[in-house]
Order: sequence, then C-alpha cells, then structure tokens
Amino acid sequence: MVSETVVELSRIQFAMTALYHFLFVPLTLGLSFMLAIMESVYVMTNKQVYKDMTRFWGKLFGINFALGVTTGLTMEFQFGTNWAYYSHYVGDVFGAPLAIEGLMAFFLESTFIGLFFFGWDRLSRVQHLSVTWLVAIGSNFSALWILIANGWMQNPVGAYFNFETMRMEMDSFTEVIFNPVAQVKFVHTVSAGYVTGAMFVLSISAYYLLRNKDVGFARRSFAIASAFGLASIISVIILGDESGYEVGDVQKVKLAAIEAEWETHPAPAAFTVIGLPNQENQTTDYALRIPYLLGIIATRSIDTPVPGIKDLIIASEVRIRSGIVAYGLLQKLRTGEDTPENREAFNAVSDDLGYGLLLKRFTENVVDATEEQIQAAANSTIPKVAPIFWSFRVMVASGVAMLFTFAAAFYFTARRREHKTPWLLKLSLFCLPLPWVAIETGWFIAEFGRQPWAIGEILPTYVATSHLSEMDLWMSIAGFASLYSVFLVIEVYLMVKYIRKGPSALETGRYHSEQKGELQHV
Amino acid sequence: MFDYETLRLVWWLLVGVLLIGFAITDGFDLGAAMLLPILGKTDIERRVIINTIAPHWDGNQVWFVTAGGALFAAWPLVYATAFSGFYWAMLLVLFALFFRPIGFEYRSKMPGKRWRSNWDLGLCLGSFVPALVFGVAFGNLFLGVPFSFDEFTRPIYTGSFWALLNPFALICGLASVTMLVLHGAVWLQMRAGGDIKHRATAITLLTGPLLSVLLIIAGAWLLTSIPGYEISSAVIGDASSNPLSKSVVRIDSWFVNFSLYPELWLLPLLAVVLPLVTSLLSRATLYGWAFLSSALAITAIILLAGTTLFPFLMPSSTDLASSLTLWDATSSKLTLEIMLWVVIFFVPLILAYTVWSYYKMWGRVEPEAIENNSVSFY
Repeated sequence: MVSETVVELSRIQFAMTALYHFLFVPLTLGLSFMLAIMESVYVMTNKQVYKDMTRFWGKLFGINFALGVTTGLTMEFQFGTNWAYYSHYVGDVFGAPLAIEGLMAFFLESTFIGLFFFGWDRLSRVQHLSVTWLVAIGSNFSALWILIANGWMQNPVGAYFNFETMRMEMDSFTEVIFNPVAQVKFVHTVSAGYVTGAMFVLSISAYYLLRNKDVGFARRSFAIASAFGLASIISVIILGDESGYEVGDVQKVKLAAIEAEWETHPAPAAFTVIGLPNQENQTTDYALRIPYLLGIIATRSIDTPVPGIKDLIIASEVRIRSGIVAYGLLQKLRTGEDTPENREAFNAVSDDLGYGLLLKRFTENVVDATEEQIQAAANSTIPKVAPIFWSFRVMVASGVAMLFTFAAAFYFTARRREHKTPWLLKLSLFCLPLPWVAIETGWFIAEFGRQPWAIGEILPTYVATSHLSEMDLWMSIAGFASLYSVFLVIEVYLMVKYIRKGPSALETGRYHSEQKGELQHV
Repeated sequence: MFDYETLRLVWWLLVGVLLIGFAITDGFDLGAAMLLPILGKTDIERRVIINTIAPHWDGNQVWFVTAGGALFAAWPLVYATAFSGFYWAMLLVLFALFFRPIGFEYRSKMPGKRWRSNWDLGLCLGSFVPALVFGVAFGNLFLGVPFSFDEFTRPIYTGSFWALLNPFALICGLASVTMLVLHGAVWLQMRAGGDIKHRATAITLLTGPLLSVLLIIAGAWLLTSIPGYEISSAVIGDASSNPLSKSVVRIDSWFVNFSLYPELWLLPLLAVVLPLVTSLLSRATLYGWAFLSSALAITAIILLAGTTLFPFLMPSSTDLASSLTLWDATSSKLTLEIMLWVVIFFVPLILAYTVWSYYKMWGRVEPEAIENNSVSFY
C-alpha cells in the first residue's frame, strides 16, 4: 500500500507550488490586457503619457512575469515527478491540453514578450501594439487550455477506461474542449485575473495620488483601472462558478460542502450565510439561513432539490459496491480471463471503477472489502467541510468589497473628482491584497473541494502519486519552500522599489523625482 | 489519415524535432549564459552577452516546455516513468532553471556589484546544470534504467540518484555541455559587439575538437562494452499501448540498426566532423556559417542518439519486458492524431513568428548602445 504520508506530502507540495504560482499568473493575465489598452490609447491619441504608462506598468509586469515563468516550469514537471500514476492513468486525455497550451499559448506569449520589452525602437508603433496584444492573447490562451485540463479533472467527459492499457483514453476531443465546467471556470478565472491587474494599477495609482505625485500619469492609470476593474468584477460575480455545479457528483459534493448542507432539504433550499460547520455531528451550528436562495442559485429553479452531504454519502456507497464488482472483473480481464462475457459485465460497471479504487486506501484486497471499509470509503468521499465553507465566504466577501471599490472609483472618476476624494484613494490602496485573497481561496475551494479525487469519480488522489519515499518528499518540499521564499522576498523588494520610483524609473526626465519642486506636465 | 503504427513513428520523429528545436534555440542561450563569467570581463560586457539573448531566451525555453508537454500527451508512460524515476535529477534541472528567468529580469534592476555578480553566477549555473543533466540522462538510457511496472502499470523505480552519475553517463553529460558551450560561443561571435567575438574564438577552437573527442570516446565505449536491447517478440505496431505484452532481450551492442541500415553511419560521421568544421569556420570569422554548422552538429548528435536507441525510448535494466518503446508507450490513436493536426497547424506558425522576432532584433549588440541607453536594456 502507498504510505498516507507520501500522499499527504505530495498534496502539500502540489498545493504549495500551485498556490505560489498563482500569485503571479492572475496579475500577468490582467496587466497584459491593461498594457494593451494603454498602448492602444497611445497609438490612437499619440499622447506620450500613454506610452510612458505602458512602459512603466510594463516594468512592474516584467518583475511579476519572471516569477510566473519560473514557477510555471514546476507545474509542467510536477505531474510527472510527483504524480506518475496520475500521468500514466490520464495522460492520454490530460496531456493534450497541456501540449496545446505550449504550442498555442506559451510560444506566442514568450516570443512576443521579448519584443514587447526590447522592440520599442525596432518596431513601428502599430507593430509594437500588435506585439502587446499578442502577449495578452497568448497569456489568456494559456489560461484557456490549463482550465480545460483542470475542468476535466473536475468533470471528466469525453473519455473511457481501456483495460488493456490500464488507463483513461480520449474518445471525444470536442467534449473535452466544450466541457461546461471548463468553460465556466475559464471565464471566472480570467475575469479574476483582470480584476487582479485592475486592482494592482488602481491601488498603486491611488498611492501616487495620495502623495500628490505624478498626478496626470496616476489619474489616467486610475481611470483605466476603475473602468476595466468594474467590468471585470461584474463578470467574475455574474459568470461565477456556480453554474458549473449542476454537473457531476464531485461538483454536488463541493456545493454541499460550501454550504455545509448536511441534509437534503425540500426545494428550494435555504442558503446558509454563516454558521459553524461541525463535521463530527454532521450539523451546522448557529446557522443563519436565507430561505429559497440556495435552491435558486444552484439549480436555477425553485423545484429541484439540492442534495445534502448525508444523501451524497449514501449515493457513494452504492457506487463503491458496484466499483468492487468492476475491480474484480478488471482483475480477471488483466489476468487472462478476457472473455466476451467478462468484457460485457465490466463495461456495464466500469464507470464505478474509480469508486472501487477508493477502497485501496483502506484495504489491499478491494474485492473482499469489509462493511467497515466500505463505510469508511463512503465517508471519505466528502472533503473536510469547514475549510471550504469558510474559504468560500472569504472569497465572496473580498469580491463584494472589490465590487464596491471599483464602483466608487468609477463613479468618482466619471465625475472627475477621484483625486480629491481621499477616502476613496485610501480604500483603493488598502484593497490591494484582496484579489490575491479571493483567487487563492477560490483555488483552494476548487481543488480541496475535489478531494478525495484527483480526477473526479475516476482516480482517487490516494492512488495517483509517484513511487517515492517520505524522505524524497520532505527534501523536495524543503527545496521548494526555501527557494520560493527567497524569490518572493526579492520580488516584493524590487516591486516596492520600482513602485516607489514611479514613472521616474523610466528616466525620461518628465516625472516627479526627476524634476523636484515642479508639478509635472504630461 | 495514418494508421496507428505510422502515427507512432511520426510522433517519434516529432518528439525528435521538438528536442532538436530546443537544443538549437535554447542551446545557444544556455551556452552563452554558461560563458557569461568567462567571456564578460566587465559589467557592460556581461550586459552585452545577456542582451544578445534577452529578447529570445524565453521563447526558446518554450521548446523545452513544449517538449515536456508533448511527452505527456504522446508518451505518457515515458513522461511518468522518466520524471518520477529521475526524481532528483529532474528537480535539480528545475531548481537550476529557476535562476534563469529571474536572473535575466532582475539582474539589471539594481546597480550593486554583488547583486549583479550573484545573478551572473545564478545564470551560469542555471544553464550549466540542465545541460549536464540532460546529457547524463541520455547516457543512462543507453545503460538501461532500473524500473518496472506493477500489475496496474504503476512505474516503480528502484535505482538511486547517485547511480545516474556513472562514468559513461558523465562523459555524455560533458559532451552535452561542450556542445552547448560551442553553440553559445558561435552565437556570441555572430551577435556580440566589442572584444567578445575575438575572445570567443578561443572557446570555439577548444570546444569543437573536444566535442568530437568526447563523442568518439562515448561511441567507442558504447560499441565495445555496453550491451544493447532488442525486442524478441513480434512487433505489433498497432496494438494497445501495454509495455508488458512484449519480451525483450539483451544483445551484444546497440549498433544493430547500423548493421541493418549502413547508411546510418553517416550520422556518427557528421556528429564528429561538424564540430570540427564549426571551429574552422569560426576561426575563419565566417560566424553565420559557423552557427549553421553548429546547429547541424546538434541535429546530427540528437538524431544519432535517437536512432541508436530505436525503437527503445527507455530500456529497463531490471525488468527487460517493462522497457518502453515507441510502439507500446504512446497515447491512443485518437490523441496522437489530434495532436498531429495541432502540430501541423501551429509549428509552421511558431517558426514564422520566431523568425520574424529574430529578424526584428537582429544586429550586433554594442557596448556603447547599452551605456547610452541603460534603462532600455537588461
């Protein structure tokens, strides 16, 4: 049997490196589009300040981008290094979007990023603008393909299990691409990236305005950020993740965990605003509920019930029993009893094979699992509720706070009073961490909420790891943790240094610290 | 469009194309960065070296990332077995590569002398370690890798990291480093201004012959004392990908393919001669031709390694039947087909805009340009 510790450590390493990588990606997604917008304004109006804006925010973009590239390499390697069985089991389906991401997105983004930074004097204005747009489009394509891959982990469609190769194989590429979970996730995630880029520019511009530095530069940046940010946060909220929850049991479990919905209530279900989930007694203490709301959000109807956790466990138990049969038949097929009857019997239950594999954690001999082991496996289909419940509320609260900030920023910008509204500028500045809080908790909900599955209902996380020792993992975690900490310190240091310099970092002679005592004219 | 067998062969060639693309493009920036502390005496000279590759290294590195993605998509068992088996070697490459993106980007962001020399060291080692490990990994493929599969095709590696560092593999690693240093040196001759191009001549004169000698030693060693592998059961090119359904035997040498197809001897000949040609062209200051010759040398060397192993991708030394070959370690027919279309569509497009980006940034990077326009350069 695989050591529980190896599985836990592999999960920690993946979570750690993925969450770290995702500190940089959303800013790249959002800022690349903002750079393209700023430069478009420059090309259309021919005002120098917009070129300076593109170049200055581009410098900050570069500091962030370097760590995005660095930590992205880890993600590309890590499926193979730490999740070898996963890579074998689903590589036929999961590998394709990753390879397409390289060919369609990374090449585009990475080839043109060089021209973005170094091509100012070598490209015509329109050529350079095209390059900037291509960088933005490339980074968004990359998000598209990685979310198609991730969407497939949540809701694996367009694939079947082949017992001869002992893995999942693709039977419909279009189903994989047009996976509803993937599409919803893509829109939700890139919009969250745009919000991050917008909040970054909004906050830092507010900082310049509060210090009365480079006002013209900062007001224009603030204006673009407030409009782009408002549109993006509305898109995040309206096109939020929830419409994906209709699909697949994993998403139902996740929804139940988000809501700490232990029982199936008659439709339409009430929405639990806040409370204390208690996993042991399967209750939510001190719950504050709004009637009907959950049913309407989750099912877009008033008569479809939202299944509760207790009922989902019972449903899982049924599938585990069927999975035991599937596992037994698979063993027969693999050891020479490849008869048409066995094939037919296996095909009838092969969808539940993954549920049979859940038992691997509790017994070596899946076919002879005891009642207690089956019960333990059924209970294991529900992730820990409280972390998901609370993360969701933190994410939503951050989103609402940002919605208010962007709306206020947009309103005052439209009235041309934003630079004379100190409370707004301070609010914008203090909102700076919120996009990161929201996206990291969002990823946590998506991935922790998928447990115990690596691939929903197909491959349990427990069996997906590589054949490694605990020592290997302790040492690699230590390696990642120490390198990543050093890099983060350096990155934040450089970021703060260049933010403090402001557009003067371009050394054009037009900005604040280059002409002391004068108001800059831009 | 193609039958399964042909698709598998086509994908063997395509992975080869991606590896060659990686070695030619990322190869020169790995080589140039390894030479950074040696050829760059002053800060400005080092900046000249860095700025010859600054606009391109990131795009070049995507060849590597995509080769990884293509392995995952086309040869999932190879991706799973090699990456988890070579765990510490892969992590070493990864940790080393970390220092490149941030080294390039952050070095020029602060003026401090120690700050910059630390990043120079990071860039140099961050380029040296991957070059070495890739060669060492290839060397170990010829020796066979200790792994097997359990009944559910879970790859189980039983070797250690230190066993990878055996003399034969280290010679391969050294050859790989030498190859990329030569390639980086001719790149710098073509693109770097100031004295660097003259200084680089010493490097090309040394590394060209050295590479030939290392290849001859590795080849002779392989020919005389390393057993090869052969599939002893019938090869069924369109069967499901199950490595355990065949049998494999050890044979006297890896050179079976060469006795079957004597025209293949052209590859080792080119692999040994082209590095020498590169040195001569570099000495004759025909830098563009030297770069072309170096790129062809890399192509010949990678093709040589691939065809020698053919049809093996990763032979197992402990459980011969578990050996991965291009016939039984691939994705399904549908996935290979879809990915082939993706490649046919995107690779020409990628080549087109890559060429455009080089064309736009072409010209020598002169020290004066960097001195006069410091903030626009790395």
